[in-house]
Amino acid sequence: MTAQPMSIAARPHRPRRLTQFLARHEAWPILPFAVILAAFVFMAVAASGLAPLEPTKQSLLSRLRPPGFTSSAGFVYWLGTDELGRDLLSRIIFGARVSLAVAFLSVCASGVVGTALGLIAGYYRGWVEIAIMRAVDIMLSIPAILLAIITVAVLGPSFFNLIIVLGFTRWPRYTRVAYGQTLGVANLAFVTAAKLGGAGDALILARHILPNIIGPMIVVATLEFGLMVLFEAGLSFLGLGIQPPTPSWGAIMSVGRNYVGTAWWITVFPGLCLFLLVLSINLLGDYTRDRLDPRSIQR
Amino acid sequence: MVRFLVSRGAQSLISVFGVMTIVFVIMRLAGDPTLLLVPEGSTREEIAQLRHQLGFDRPIAVQYGAYLWDLFRFDLGTSFVQRVAVTDIVGARVPYTLKLAAGALFAAVIVGLPIGIITAIRRGTTIERILMPIVLIGQSMPTFWSGILLILLFAVTLDWLPSSGADRLSSLVMQAIALGALSMATFARIARTSIIDELSKEYVRAALAKGISRGRVVLVHVLRNAAIPVITVAALEIANLLAGAVIVETVFAWPGLGQLAVQSIQGRDFLVVQALVLLASVTYILLNLLADMLYSLVDPRIKLYRPKQ
Repeated sequence: MTAQPMSIAARPHRPRRLTQFLARHEAWPILPFAVILAAFVFMAVAASGLAPLEPTKQSLLSRLRPPGFTSSAGFVYWLGTDELGRDLLSRIIFGARVSLAVAFLSVCASGVVGTALGLIAGYYRGWVEIAIMRAVDIMLSIPAILLAIITVAVLGPSFFNLIIVLGFTRWPRYTRVAYGQTLGVANLAFVTAAKLGGAGDALILARHILPNIIGPMIVVATLEFGLMVLFEAGLSFLGLGIQPPTPSWGAIMSVGRNYVGTAWWITVFPGLCLFLLVLSINLLGDYTRDRLDPRSIQR
Repeated sequence: MVRFLVSRGAQSLISVFGVMTIVFVIMRLAGDPTLLLVPEGSTREEIAQLRHQLGFDRPIAVQYGAYLWDLFRFDLGTSFVQRVAVTDIVGARVPYTLKLAAGALFAAVIVGLPIGIITAIRRGTTIERILMPIVLIGQSMPTFWSGILLILLFAVTLDWLPSSGADRLSSLVMQAIALGALSMATFARIARTSIIDELSKEYVRAALAKGISRGRVVLVHVLRNAAIPVITVAALEIANLLAGAVIVETVFAWPGLGQLAVQSIQGRDFLVVQALVLLASVTYILLNLLADMLYSLVDPRIKLYRPKQ
């Protein structure tokens, strides 16, 4: 077992505790973005506790009020109100929940399906491999946003359909990576040993190959996560994603576009949140990639 | 070279065929495609009549065959909403989107490439630390937000540029920037990586050892070699720009293909939507093929066709 001492030698490079992680110089620039991401996740989870008002509560007397507007009852609308007098801050907080939920669930769906297909294609080879990888090439040649648009338009927009559509559109990304990684692992000695030991294919794939390719898959999933947040917002902006009155950043901005001259806050604040969230995810994704896949550091 | 072209061409054809099949399947995901095509408020008899007229009451295999045959003849059908041939509807919008994509590509190249080159040559300097965040921002800005911010700044506040419309060249400026931002980031990153790769090669050291100035080495030798990946990416970026046009055109009310896609979905004009997806995918496949061909022309070292071992 030559692999044993090697992996022990490699250990010290991996920080085990948070303090060790923080002691690493190159981790510092990424910290604020990890905090931002954590804040958004907290916002999404605790939305009902954090939001000052119901996100769908209308007040026609206080329509299109600027940030800091105080109602006659003494309530302060910190980020102003929208065209129906709803509290923008509350809508943005609940929008975080929609955004992260759609992105998380669609990444799970496409990640599981895509990885499984990649494992199968790389392990069994033959016609299965040809069929799956051809399908991947074809799916990737349809521009993702158009594929999502036409599918969601056919199925009808809803929370559930949105996840199905994003999962259906994005699996080839994972399959391509999982396939390449599986090809590299499937012929290694420990897989042969497991086969000779009588292990079934399912066991080999799940216990021996999957753990060895999970690193790159996590990297793909992280980068895809940011993209899915953008996709959800984009589709909702076009009216094909989350339907009103459920608050979604994209949908809020789509309405705000009509009031850009009179009520800039309706588009600026949700957009800022979207930008910060995607920026944080992208930076953390790049960082994870550099950590998990040292070969790509220069890229 | 000829064998390469033939095999790559055949692959592209298979991809086109695959795309057509996927679109055919998607259109039937919700069951009866007639329901997607009828104008809203049609009676049951009208729907039945249309179903028969379109042949959607035939077996699925026959429908599939007829669909492929129509596409083969470039017959994309007639829109039931507008009563005009789909090719005419789509064709009228093409010039606008091409104009927009060209503008965006220009903006992306003219900003992205210099950033890539500077950050590669001046690694670890203050300039790099200033420029790299610009790349990151370009990568993470949702186009519909940057578009609205540009409108807010240049149209609403400063009143320098029109916020929508397509009659003047000035109306192209903001949307080209909004759409080109993401490509700008891609160009900067690819150029940077590619130049850094080249700089570490032997010929650079040899040239420097001969006493040639660093600037000259970069200008004359490195840039030429580093251009190869950039060219490939450029072809694919054009395809990405066309897809990104969907959102940007909606923000700026630009009468191109992207706006047409959104309007057609809202107007339940699914034959037009179908045509747009097919058009975009075929463009993507052709650009991919073009990129491969350019690749072999620019870099004679690359033997693209390798017989199977």
